Amino acid sequence: MSARETMFTRIRARLPAGTAAQRAAAVDERLARHARNLVPARGAGDEAHRIGVFTAMMEAVGGTVETLDDVNDVPHAVAAYLRRGNLPAHVRRGVDPLLARLPWHRGGAIEVAEGRAEESDRASVTRAFAGVAESGTIIQISGPENPTTLNFLPEAHIVLLEASQLFGSYEEVWTKLRAAMGEGNMPRTVNMISGPSRTADIEQTIVRPAHGPKNMHVIIVRGS
Amino acid sequence: MDMSGAAFPDNVSRALADGKLQYAMTETGPRFIQKRAKAREALPEFDQLRDQARDIKDHVLANLDVYLERYEARVRASGGQVHWAETPDQARAAILGICRKVKARLVTKGKSMISEEIDLNQHLAENGVTPVETDLGEYIIQLRNERPSHIIAPAVHLTRDQVEADFRKAHTHLDPNRDLTEIPSLVEEARAVLRQKYLAADVGVTGANFLIAETGTSIIVTNEGNGDLTQNLPRVHIVLASIEKIVPTLEDASTILRVLARSATGQDFSNYTTLSTGPRRAGDLDGPDEYHVVILDNGRVNVLGTEFQDMLRCIRCGACLNHCPVYNAIGGHAYGWVYPGPIGAVVTPALIGIENAPHLPNASTFCGRCEEVCPMRIPIPRMLRHWREKEFERHLQPAAMRWGLGLWAWVARRPALYRRATALAARILANQGHGAGRLASVPFASGWTQNRDLPAPQGKTFHQLWKERRR
Ligand code: SF4
Repeated sequence: MSARETMFTRIRARLPAGTAAQRAAAVDERLARHARNLVPARGAGDEAHRIGVFTAMMEAVGGTVETLDDVNDVPHAVAAYLRRGNLPAHVRRGVDPLLARLPWHRGGAIEVAEGRAEESDRASVTRAFAGVAESGTIIQISGPENPTTLNFLPEAHIVLLEASQLFGSYEEVWTKLRAAMGEGNMPRTVNMISGPSRTADIEQTIVRPAHGPKNMHVIIVRGS
Repeated sequence: MDMSGAAFPDNVSRALADGKLQYAMTETGPRFIQKRAKAREALPEFDQLRDQARDIKDHVLANLDVYLERYEARVRASGGQVHWAETPDQARAAILGICRKVKARLVTKGKSMISEEIDLNQHLAENGVTPVETDLGEYIIQLRNERPSHIIAPAVHLTRDQVEADFRKAHTHLDPNRDLTEIPSLVEEARAVLRQKYLAADVGVTGANFLIAETGTSIIVTNEGNGDLTQNLPRVHIVLASIEKIVPTLEDASTILRVLARSATGQDFSNYTTLSTGPRRAGDLDGPDEYHVVILDNGRVNVLGTEFQDMLRCIRCGACLNHCPVYNAIGGHAYGWVYPGPIGAVVTPALIGIENAPHLPNASTFCGRCEEVCPMRIPIPRMLRHWREKEFERHLQPAAMRWGLGLWAWVARRPALYRRATALAARILANQGHGAGRLASVPFASGWTQNRDLPAPQGKTFHQLWKERRR
């Protein structure tokens, strides 16, 4: 017998006999229904509330947030952010259509490269799939639009989050994800990111960054 | 330290006499305790979420065969491969096999307790594959050739100067006169060294906090981002998990994630929670070409349907360690095997046999804090008692233990341990009392506290007060 068969045989021997069909039906029903459990109230509320909670949570863990009313102001905000952080005027982004459409020339001399993160990249710009107010979390999905390495390799990660995609809870994001991908399907990677990289492994002292970005800057665009 | 699992009494004496260890441990428990208490207070639904988290895992365990099948089918559908391993041997062979097939020489690793359980690093190294741990704490203890002493803070038993000495010894390519006196400079050095490893690695191995049956997804949770670099940059990603990591749906994972970080570090959410499903897709510019999941049993099936089943709900948050006076007194290594603290005292006998861990179920003052803080509501003290009954049946206990000394007799008969543990218990209880000076309920004393409040210990034990008086 293969290890697989032995394992399943031994597991079944420990579960109530004669219930296999019933149990399979119960499991499939639960998986198909994917019902929500208790969702904490913290993130629930109108857009202003969600932005407020998200901002407070993100700032509490060392991230920064700014809010704009016009998406066309994003390049300028990116350029200003790089200047403030003494970073070169160079960012890497994926082929996300919204990011591609932005009037990058308004960012002045900022250079915008496309593709996955390279070791030498110091700053990246990605567009969030969604945000979650509850814990100040950005949700990124993999793909050429926003390659996963952009979330981790550069020292500054700049995220464009549309206010309309800022939800109260994780559960609302899963609903959106199922609508986009179909039931049961997932992107290769879903990254839930709450602030810049940190460690407390030496004497419980919090140090930023550990291995990922040192700075995370979220630009929330209202009315989008 | 003797890592055989049976040398517990000697390990305890040595730990209590180890000045550096005692220094490193002094602040650990109390700090973790305060952080968790704050996070819990900030989320009114916390205790209800714990009930739901418990129910989710109970439901999975009652239907484990079906869930594993559904999970496997989804992994396959997304282009991944599943490998089943009943024993550590089989798990090691599966991983080495994958490494050989892609001619891997360097393997980067995210944090995985199961990797410790199967001694993966040693096996890879013996077979010409170099494993490099990338979680900072794991990296440090790999340099020292030690086991983690805490489930989520592997190097918590070490002090800064010990880490500095290790780095100077290992990183000989760097300027010997560099300044490493501050902790951030140590972190920066590790970051630079490990960056090169991520980029050069052929295979990345990570653990899994959860496996989602609905989607065939594995989840890792980190604060450093090391797990993500580990699994995104190499050509092959291997996930090492055990059978009980299954949860049904994304919603169920979310519920348990809400109690995990709060219980572990007191964060609302860890910095990086990553859901991985299969290998690189058409059009992807990054990510691994191959995605493998190795699912280990190693004795877990044997506790299904027994009085020990509840231990399979454990999400390895470490809260029971942080709140345990015995763990805080002796550190993790004294427990002798992979899993320390209260949950280790329950899990270790199950996985390696009670005859190989005869003292562990006694490593308790039965204060009950572990169960009280466990996000999965695992009745650890009850299971410790079950283990003692087993020891008793099999005559594994020394005579004095069998003749009905109190539950805490093992600890009480060791004066140094008793003093240290009761001092810590007083601090832990004082923390819990929120300075109000009174406790409404104490586990195992409910008959007494039902009608009156127990005064919270004011931070000193009788022993300490006596000593001070005499001066
Ligand atoms: S037993 Fe409970 S408290 Fe201890 S590590 Fe497991 S889940 Fe956390």
